[in-house]
Amino acid sequence: MSEDILNRVTKVTVEELGVKAEEVTVAASFTEDLGADSLDVVELVMAFEDEFGIEIPDEDVSEIKTIGDVVNYIQKKSGE
Amino acid sequence: MPDHPAPSGRVVVTGIGVVTPIGTGVETFWANCLAGKNGVRKITLDDVSPFTTQIAAEVPDFEPTDWLDKKEARRIDRVITFAVASARMAMADSGIVLTEELRDNFGVYIGSGIGGLNVMSEQTKVLYQRGPDRVSPFWVPYMIANMPGGIVAIQFGLHGPNMATVTACSTGANTIGEAAHAIKRGDATMMLAGGTEASICDIGIAAFCAARAMSTRNDSPEHASRPFDRDRDGFVMGEGSGVVVLEDYDHAIARGAKIYAEIVGYGMTADAHHITAIAADAKQPARAITRAVASAGITVEDIGYVNAHGTSTPIGDPTETKALKLALGDHAYSVAVSSTKSMIGHTLGAAGAIETIVCILALRDGIMPPTRNLDNPDDACDLDYIPHVARKKELKYALNNSFGFGGHNVSLVLKKHV
Repeated sequence: MSEDILNRVTKVTVEELGVKAEEVTVAASFTEDLGADSLDVVELVMAFEDEFGIEIPDEDVSEIKTIGDVVNYIQKKSGE
Repeated sequence: MPDHPAPSGRVVVTGIGVVTPIGTGVETFWANCLAGKNGVRKITLDDVSPFTTQIAAEVPDFEPTDWLDKKEARRIDRVITFAVASARMAMADSGIVLTEELRDNFGVYIGSGIGGLNVMSEQTKVLYQRGPDRVSPFWVPYMIANMPGGIVAIQFGLHGPNMATVTACSTGANTIGEAAHAIKRGDATMMLAGGTEASICDIGIAAFCAARAMSTRNDSPEHASRPFDRDRDGFVMGEGSGVVVLEDYDHAIARGAKIYAEIVGYGMTADAHHITAIAADAKQPARAITRAVASAGITVEDIGYVNAHGTSTPIGDPTETKALKLALGDHAYSVAVSSTKSMIGHTLGAAGAIETIVCILALRDGIMPPTRNLDNPDDACDLDYIPHVARKKELKYALNNSFGFGGHNVSLVLKKHV
């Protein structure tokens, strides 16, 4: 897992959800652990898209539940 | 069968919260109000350099994280944060302890003249510059004018009636009048009521510039808002919020609450004349005053102080003066009148609430705030407007006037609690 991607994902998540960096673990779920509702998730995904210059289609969003999921997704997307 | 005690038919004010350009918190605001302090300055909240008006009464040093958690504070519209701040202060001031049963009978009527204009402006730019898929999912919830009251209810878990009156610059007076009715009817035992506004942003300033409604005295902001003065040249936009806790009289007495004043009269009429200009004959604002006084069961001579709508516009001030003469007769010349907008500008949807709070505090302390900048009264403005310096006077009843675009005329009568 890319440390650089994880750090940037953590930074964006802390900023968007107003959570503490230590709460943002690889296993942390956006809705279960980090207090995000469905509108928060929409905005968070937009922030990831901006940060990494990628597009995350709606059908992929449903598979992204944790910090680890999003890091792996971005890694895969960037590798393509 | 209602799940709360039968209403007493009387409604009292037991808590106050304000966010204004001359102070956040009731006692700071009140001290500065009595001192005739100026809240108008060069606009800092947005770049308005190309606009004809570059001054406004901004709320200084307002920190959203003082009132909301970090996530909400970062993105929520200023108009909502102002409402939450005033509601929190009013609730704390009331000393109420919320129980499950009380929450079910505790409502919120908080309105805004415009709504979340900052979010509207920012997201419209996003739409045109970056496209529809970059628009925030929070555009709608943070823009709609009922959301300040919605979010206040969420903060405290209040399940009583929740509604937002939108009557432009009469909004804050309407919400208080309607909330008092809700308690009198028995729809609720307690209500948070008031108004909030935060429209000092590019589109807000541009829009009121286009309407030719605002002062352009950019070189001398502290003298720009001058109600009833012959050199006035339009209103100065203000921002802020005012929220009161209203409570059934018996409930307040039973819990030993601190009572500020009683809401005793409420009158409304519509001009049905023009979208923005008040009708020159002043008949309808006069009727609103007459109705408010009649519903209080008093005579006009009982009114000791009038907090005027007094916006500092060329047409508005003499027309309100005329309305006071029509409604109060000869008593118009003996009653004392002042305009808080000379200090805090026109806070639009919050004005009626903040200025009702001024009436409540004037009754409590027996002192009436001045009209700042009233150096040379207009010939058509020949009443006693308390120029420059606050004045002591034992008061029993006070009247608040609010008039809004759309022709909404609203008057409230407040009674000193003894």
